[in-house]
Amino acid sequence: MLHGTADLATTLLAQADPGHARAGSLGRVADEWAGVGAWIETMAFRGGYNTNTVIAGTTLLGLAAGVVGAFALLRKRSMMSDALSHATLPGIGLAFLAAGALGFSGRSLGVLLLGAAITGVLGVLCVQGILRWTRLREDAAIGIVLSVFFGAGVVVLSAIQKNAPAGAAGLDKFIYGQTAAMRVSDAVLMGAIALVAVAAAGLMLKEFALVCFNDAFARTDGWAVTLIDLLMMGLVVLVTVAGLQAVGLILVVAMLIIPAAAARFWTDRLRVLVLVSGLIGALSGYLGSVTSSMLPRKPAGAVIVLVAGGVFLMSMLAAPRRGVIAVAWRRWIVRVRMAGDHVLEAGYENLRAGRPAARLSAEELGSLARERGSPAWFRTIVRRWLKSQGMVWSADGGLVLSERGIERGRTVWRNHALWEQYLISCADIAPSHVDWAVDRVEHVLDAPMIGRLEAALRDRGVALPDGGPA
Amino acid sequence: MGGLFEGWFGGLFDARLDLYPLLAAVLAAVTCGVLGNFLVLRRISLMGDAISHSVLPGLVVAFLITSTRSPLVMFVGAATAGVMTVVLVEFIKRFGRVEPGAAMGVVFSVLFALGVLLIERAAVRHVDLDADCVLYGQLELLSLRPEVPRQVWTLLGMCVGAFVFVGLLFKELRIAAFDPALATTQGFHAGGLHYLLMVFVAGATVASFEAVGSILVIAMLVCPAATARLLTDRLLSQIAVSVAVALASAVIGYFGATLVPGWFGFDSVNAAGSITVVSGGMLVLAIFASPSHGVIARVVRQRGLVRRVVRDDVLAALFRAGERGEAGLDGARIATMFEGLGTGEALAWLEKRAFVRRDGDRFGLTESGTERALEIVRRHRLWERYLVDEAGMPPDHVHEAAEMLEHVPVRPEAGPETDPHGRAIP
Repeated sequence: MLHGTADLATTLLAQADPGHARAGSLGRVADEWAGVGAWIETMAFRGGYNTNTVIAGTTLLGLAAGVVGAFALLRKRSMMSDALSHATLPGIGLAFLAAGALGFSGRSLGVLLLGAAITGVLGVLCVQGILRWTRLREDAAIGIVLSVFFGAGVVVLSAIQKNAPAGAAGLDKFIYGQTAAMRVSDAVLMGAIALVAVAAAGLMLKEFALVCFNDAFARTDGWAVTLIDLLMMGLVVLVTVAGLQAVGLILVVAMLIIPAAAARFWTDRLRVLVLVSGLIGALSGYLGSVTSSMLPRKPAGAVIVLVAGGVFLMSMLAAPRRGVIAVAWRRWIVRVRMAGDHVLEAGYENLRAGRPAARLSAEELGSLARERGSPAWFRTIVRRWLKSQGMVWSADGGLVLSERGIERGRTVWRNHALWEQYLISCADIAPSHVDWAVDRVEHVLDAPMIGRLEAALRDRGVALPDGGPA
Repeated sequence: MGGLFEGWFGGLFDARLDLYPLLAAVLAAVTCGVLGNFLVLRRISLMGDAISHSVLPGLVVAFLITSTRSPLVMFVGAATAGVMTVVLVEFIKRFGRVEPGAAMGVVFSVLFALGVLLIERAAVRHVDLDADCVLYGQLELLSLRPEVPRQVWTLLGMCVGAFVFVGLLFKELRIAAFDPALATTQGFHAGGLHYLLMVFVAGATVASFEAVGSILVIAMLVCPAATARLLTDRLLSQIAVSVAVALASAVIGYFGATLVPGWFGFDSVNAAGSITVVSGGMLVLAIFASPSHGVIARVVRQRGLVRRVVRDDVLAALFRAGERGEAGLDGARIATMFEGLGTGEALAWLEKRAFVRRDGDRFGLTESGTERALEIVRRHRLWERYLVDEAGMPPDHVHEAAEMLEHVPVRPEAGPETDPHGRAIP
């Protein structure tokens, strides 16, 4: 076995770094990063004909992938597209062999992509079959299909490389992509696919939305769910196959997933989601290819994905409503407000207990903080916040509630009592157990809810808690 | 040593050429196979996929920092990247409220892109790092070594480590795989165990990638465990079966890579890919032919059940006809009653076993047939009684339910005398 191993080792080592030769000529590029000026030049489509073709092609691909990916995300098919893209590899090799056997040129891009589409779809069908026929879960089914199909692809490609060396070089370019080699016809193809994706999304928006959000309802409502699903999957196949050449089969899945996941942070509306996702995809394609054209060896696929990843990170952190910072800020505000409410409530309770004024001594504040487990710095912040709201002022190391503070304390106290009474009389919770459940709810009861609670208690003939000053 | 193995497989195995590559393939397959069980059970098989993609930047960064390719440095880099992947996916899932699949896709593709970019940058500086090798591996390069290659030692260490890990923490891993919440209440950190498992997956990836490539790692993390899961319901035997499947895939795949193309007069193909395909083939075999969970077994069981139900129904129909005072039913009538559900076959079966007597075109019950039919009708009417009295269903709706339940073989002793329609319960 393994005859001529020494030969083989040399070829493998030569293959191991196909960019070596190119790297030599590019070694002249002393400054790896071109200046900002050149970058802006390229952005304005002044980077030369080839560069412009690449930029246009990847931008359109990004647009199509973003639009299609939005539906894949909502349909929870993100990883399914990973299985699909890996499953295209054997198709490329087999198409090359089949075309050669039939006397066509195996290098024709159309033939190779057709083969890729066929095995890609076959891979998706296998995932569905495994889910339908075995007790394996989706994660295992996807893992199986992507690894076995990809392994089969590796086998086919290695067989081609060793046995039919003429013209076979470059088939493995589909794994990592070869953006720099994009021709005008490819860019036109990307444009056509983007057009199809956008048109399909526009025409079928209602149907896609229905199937994405509630396929069972769509089925009972008489829609051809399977057909609509197939159409959505078909668009994913189309974009994947188109992206093979540009960014490669490992990273094309990123173009489907990342823009959609990033767009999801900005909106809850489907139309906006599709639009934003498409725009993020296009932007990533554009900025990524412009930037990579400045780099030696032009690794466009990787740069595009990194740009998209950057947009995702920014969206996740900074999106106004769903972003991590916004959520954390809202939680923080609520926490401070709740702690403030507790202080005001305690002050109002003092007033009810017959003290002359709604005053909290330093010791009382200290024991309140201990009870809640709040550290000193947090107490300072809460105190400042209460003062800034005009609820309290300091006195002898303690606090005195203003009119507003007393009013707020009274509301919180009454909400607490109402909810507690409701849980005891209507939800059969033992009086000794209600306090914990009440503690959080008292801060979020709004006027309509308070009205309903009062009505529920009145119906049961329970006396409403008295909120007036004692 | 060469003499010892000469003649095996008709000269297929040459110890000088094949021993180390085969050893590497087997060790990698078995290591991943044993770890994969817990990924498949916890439904995080794709974590193996994600980690094996995202160790790439870990390797490159570790290399760029230290400028060595020592296994320890590579291991630390890959393990860091692996754990980082898990942490990032968790972070995005929890704080970004992103769907798990999408979170995983975002993390591993961005990290992989980072790795590719770093490799490209390194290549400009004439540093030999190769992304293709990460995918395919270079099993063939292990041939013809005078001493045991470093990759085999690394894999051996990893394999022993994986078995020790699974052996020592078997109880904990088992609870965590089936019920992480219970694991936590039992006093050990299910999350910590999860990360430890991920460190081992990352370790297996990095130990394997140089020799066999990450694609084999992904396949071996899922396929053998999935195959075993279709063959057995016990964790210990599942692990044993998965190891056996991994071992068999590696050996068959390795030799198949040379042998099968040889039949057609071609040169050998990529062994890692061929092992992957073999493991997929074994899974397909299990999907169809598993005695307990296989498609064929299930179809056979279902067909058997359908036949038994039709036979029971035919007997019951004949019994009811007897109750109405008819002397049997003719074959065509029975066929229309059950809309051609294979009644001819059922009647032939019943006649052969003397449950049914044939008289021209008419069929009647024999003594043993009456006995059997009586039991079925009794169950039917008892169920109807129960459904009306105890489950509160209206009498005109219970027939369909009883029609199914009557086939469950139970033997109630005593009970009410009549069914809700006023007929006697035999």
